[in-house]
Amino acid sequence: MVQKNPETGNHPGLDAEQLFALAPHLRELLKGVHQIELENFAMEIGDLELFIPTTAASPGITQPGQAGGIPVAPVKPSALIQEAYIPAEYSFPGKIREVQLGATRAEGGSRSHSVTIGGSTTPAYFDPARPPAHPAVISLDVFDMPVQLPKVLKENVADVMNDPAEWARMNVNKFGADVITIHLMSTDPLFANASAATAVKTVESILQAVDVPLIIGGCGDPKKDAEVFSAVAEMADGERLLINSVTLDMAQAKTLERVATAARDHGHALLAFTGLDLNNAKELNRRLYEYIPPEQIVMDLTTVALGYGLEYSFTIHERARYAALMGDTELAHPTISAATNAWAAREAWMKMAPEYGTRELRGPVWETVNALTLLLAGVDLFLMMHPAAVLTLRDLIPKLSRNGTAHPEQIADWVWVRI
Amino acid sequence: MSGNSQPAIEKKRKSIREISPIDVYKLLPKTNCGKCREANCMAYATRLVNGELLLADCLPLFTAEYQSAHEKLSILLAPPVRTVTIGSGENAIDIGGKYVLQRHDFTYHNPTPIAIDVNDLMPEPELLERVRHIGQYSYNYIGRTVTLNAIAVRSVSGNPETFAYAVRVIANASHLPLILCALDPEVMSAGLAAAAGRRPLIYAATEANWEAMADLALAHNAPLAVFAPGNLALLRSLVKTLNACGIRNLVLDPGTFADEGLADTIANFTAIRAAATKRFDETFGYPLLGVPLTVWAGGELSEDVLKWREAITASMLLSRYSDLLIMHSLDGWVLLPQLIWRFNIYTDPRKPVTVEPGVRTFGRPDQRSPVLITTNYALTYFTVESDIKAANLDCYLIVADTGGLSVESAVAGRYFTAEAIATALKSNNVAALVGHTTLIIPGLAARLSGETEEATGWKILVGPKDSSGLPQFLRERWPPES
Repeated sequence: MVQKNPETGNHPGLDAEQLFALAPHLRELLKGVHQIELENFAMEIGDLELFIPTTAASPGITQPGQAGGIPVAPVKPSALIQEAYIPAEYSFPGKIREVQLGATRAEGGSRSHSVTIGGSTTPAYFDPARPPAHPAVISLDVFDMPVQLPKVLKENVADVMNDPAEWARMNVNKFGADVITIHLMSTDPLFANASAATAVKTVESILQAVDVPLIIGGCGDPKKDAEVFSAVAEMADGERLLINSVTLDMAQAKTLERVATAARDHGHALLAFTGLDLNNAKELNRRLYEYIPPEQIVMDLTTVALGYGLEYSFTIHERARYAALMGDTELAHPTISAATNAWAAREAWMKMAPEYGTRELRGPVWETVNALTLLLAGVDLFLMMHPAAVLTLRDLIPKLSRNGTAHPEQIADWVWVRI
Repeated sequence: MSGNSQPAIEKKRKSIREISPIDVYKLLPKTNCGKCREANCMAYATRLVNGELLLADCLPLFTAEYQSAHEKLSILLAPPVRTVTIGSGENAIDIGGKYVLQRHDFTYHNPTPIAIDVNDLMPEPELLERVRHIGQYSYNYIGRTVTLNAIAVRSVSGNPETFAYAVRVIANASHLPLILCALDPEVMSAGLAAAAGRRPLIYAATEANWEAMADLALAHNAPLAVFAPGNLALLRSLVKTLNACGIRNLVLDPGTFADEGLADTIANFTAIRAAATKRFDETFGYPLLGVPLTVWAGGELSEDVLKWREAITASMLLSRYSDLLIMHSLDGWVLLPQLIWRFNIYTDPRKPVTVEPGVRTFGRPDQRSPVLITTNYALTYFTVESDIKAANLDCYLIVADTGGLSVESAVAGRYFTAEAIATALKSNNVAALVGHTTLIIPGLAARLSGETEEATGWKILVGPKDSSGLPQFLRERWPPES
């Protein structure tokens, strides 16, 4: 029933390399940049009062539309009733802070450019007249030791897994990473327990290998992370790293102050991580305000995989963003999402019965859907891994801000289209 | 009424979040009759405004005595996005019925049905095979079966007889609700005659055909989609006009542009739903139809790229207020994310999804195998399950009833206590499963270990904080030193 493509035909087992070869198609379609400024019409949502129509309604009415009294035998209009469409503007008094990542030589670092995230004044893609101040950016992951990865992810990075600097270079040059995240997994006391000095050397090598801003990932142990982050912060003085992450566990372990002041003294930004709980997010931010300017704080509210609780992440991000835009300054920070967490879902990496498709496509689409869903909830920076997911986000992020590009004739005939 | 337009009524309504139980209680019988199984009318009113119970649960309201109160309550509680029914009888599906823009304000109702297309030029065996495939496609997700929900029949031939034949074949082969897609009223008329009694969704009224489509919708008492791609003024004009014809069961298609125009698509869906839920704009107070299938209408791209684009477009439209989707691809990797995401966003965000308490067996445990315990919050449970399975562990896992709270919350809220663990051990007769009395509790419940040893008489081992640490934990700590 479907025209067969001679190249892909019926093969269910399209591999990742082929998929990557397809991805440039998405890039080819990136064209036609023009934007239409819409006039703004202000409308405040005031106090609304209960309305009950005074006219007697007929029995069985359940819809408000009928309350106005539809005539029993309506007279069909002889021509289309012309209605205007006036886009409403909704008032959002708050604004998300802007946080700069990476610093150029002029700014005291060594990056070729910096990246600014945040700055939103509306919920994501809510008002065509107010597109995001800064488009969302993408960071690709690098690990400082070989890690267990799903097969579909591993085959793209197998050659560089033992060389973090080379891995970072490939992420920038081949996959177009805006930012690189180096996960210092080897520092975990439960694994290799690598020293802070070793971690510093690794970060140095990445700083030399690539010139994009860096995110520094720890091992999750509040004491060890504090030691490692402080050493890295000092070595990379002025680079405006993003330290991933500081937590309430650190506050409990009394190591939060050490990391936060190191970040402040050496000009870095902090990623405040909390587990799907806005009260905790606010509390952690309040503690951080004691040590560091709010313009150096980014939030990670937790990303759960599609199928394993993505809806909780989606809703916590929507709630945080709305609260911030309505004036809660303790939540008015840009957010990041580890879209790679999508691979925690079995549906992303497991071989399944043929009716659920090949995992070579199911996996990357899982990561893509995870990221796109949270992009719509306002996330400003994504940690990603699969090249097809990265390319899709890179294609769609600018497209989502280009209003006025719909051409009705493109789809007017969809009912008749022969597929 | 004469003239061309409805009188504009400036309505001020309360949103569902602003309606207090008192607003509802004032209109209830106040007899505390208990037929709704609540203790009293106030308790019912509270659960009603929370969306946990329906007006239909209050039986006295449906008697003559309370007719006026029933009407007032119906108006008070009517969703700003109308509920539209497609299909008939027990196979009918409701779409729309939304109260809010965002799910944290009020649980979304009526999960977005996904319709898959067939067309009238398909050879009959292929048509039947596709219809069978649509009807049988399912996935078992956290113990629930998720499926496809409707069939969209497209008239590619443009020929009334050909369309009618295909519709008849499909109507005989499947009970799923139908969407008839033809922009030529003559073709639509033939299709509707072939689907008599099925009350399909008519797709669609446009600027060019609205008069004839309005007649068909009225004659067949069928819901009608309104198609005005990329033009919200035209969409409003069509809705107003069709309202004036006496048609209220409308579905809005502002156009799905998956590539260039994606920004407009997201903006239009958002503007329509925001107007309906935040400003109570009745003209936009109808269910939204997203058509990811439109990706197939453009471009010389390879099939896999089109499927990829259809998948991501569908997922974005599920997040962005689509009440009904029409898709083409039947590939599992395209559909599975949609079915799961739809299930997820239509759960009650205030109520965690739970699994049945009890004992689960993994691998081939024997008398010496470890016994673990966790909570019945679905996400906790499935995370632990997935970690146990990934490591091929042989063990027993007790699922304690914590009211659907995660370990951390259940410990803090005193739902997961020494007594609760003792009860779970006893009620599941765990002592009979193994020849030891050592229980591994979650690391996040470490503080319970002492009192649990006292309450149960079992030796307690504190496991890892995250179940991903289980394999290593068991390697190092199991069997326990005695």
